[in-house]
Amino acid sequence: MKVLIPTPLRQYAGKKSSIDVAAGTVGEALQLLATENPDLRRHLYTDDGDLQAYINVYLNDDDIRYLEGKENATVKESDTVSIVPSIAGGRGSSAFDFS
Amino acid sequence: MALKIAESDWQKLRHHGEETYPHECCGVLLGEIGEDDTRFVHATIPCRNTRSDSPQNRYHIDPGELVRIQREARGRGLDIVGFYHSHPDCAARWSQTDLADAHWTGCSYVITSVEKGRAAQTSSFALIGEEASKRFEDEPITLENSLSQEISV
Repeated sequence: MKVLIPTPLRQYAGKKSSIDVAAGTVGEALQLLATENPDLRRHLYTDDGDLQAYINVYLNDDDIRYLEGKENATVKESDTVSIVPSIAGGRGSSAFDFS
Repeated sequence: MALKIAESDWQKLRHHGEETYPHECCGVLLGEIGEDDTRFVHATIPCRNTRSDSPQNRYHIDPGELVRIQREARGRGLDIVGFYHSHPDCAARWSQTDLADAHWTGCSYVITSVEKGRAAQTSSFALIGEEASKRFEDEPITLENSLSQEISV
């Protein structure tokens, strides 16, 4: 199966945009990825071993948070796991919230 | 660092801000990143702002939508090189909210000030560094017209 690496994390994954991984679950795939690319681990996981709050993980078109098993969702060789950092922002609540 | 974009795409993202006014618009910039980190935009993809609770001063792009956009981009040999959004009646400068919620380091964040429904200033900022020390740096926008002439903005 293929894991898609977003632009901000490629520098920690050999500058690759995708990596093929042999795993049985989404969680296994991400752990293998982090083990083989040690610099990537802290950007994916907190010190407690949870996924960073701003990291979304999709199995094909499904957010794993809503899948049965979540990170333990099983994967097939033809599946794609996408790592997607959140995209958000805005002018803020203060009229003077300028940079 | 710099952002190079076709004038048609530049107009498109500005017009999007006018269409959604007084709410913030948002979208994705597809293209390629050069060896000197210059970001070349080849396509502008408008997205839905999912912050229906506070669209006048917040934006959020559904990551599921981004997955679909990314799939289309890969099929066209393109990559996600940045994002854009608008600031209704507010400066085209990044806010503390913009910085706190920005996680795509190495990409451009383009902001358009939309004043009373009309697009005014459009500025671009490169998100630099790692998550713990990230910062925005001003970057110039260069428009490239159909005759391949570069017009600095």
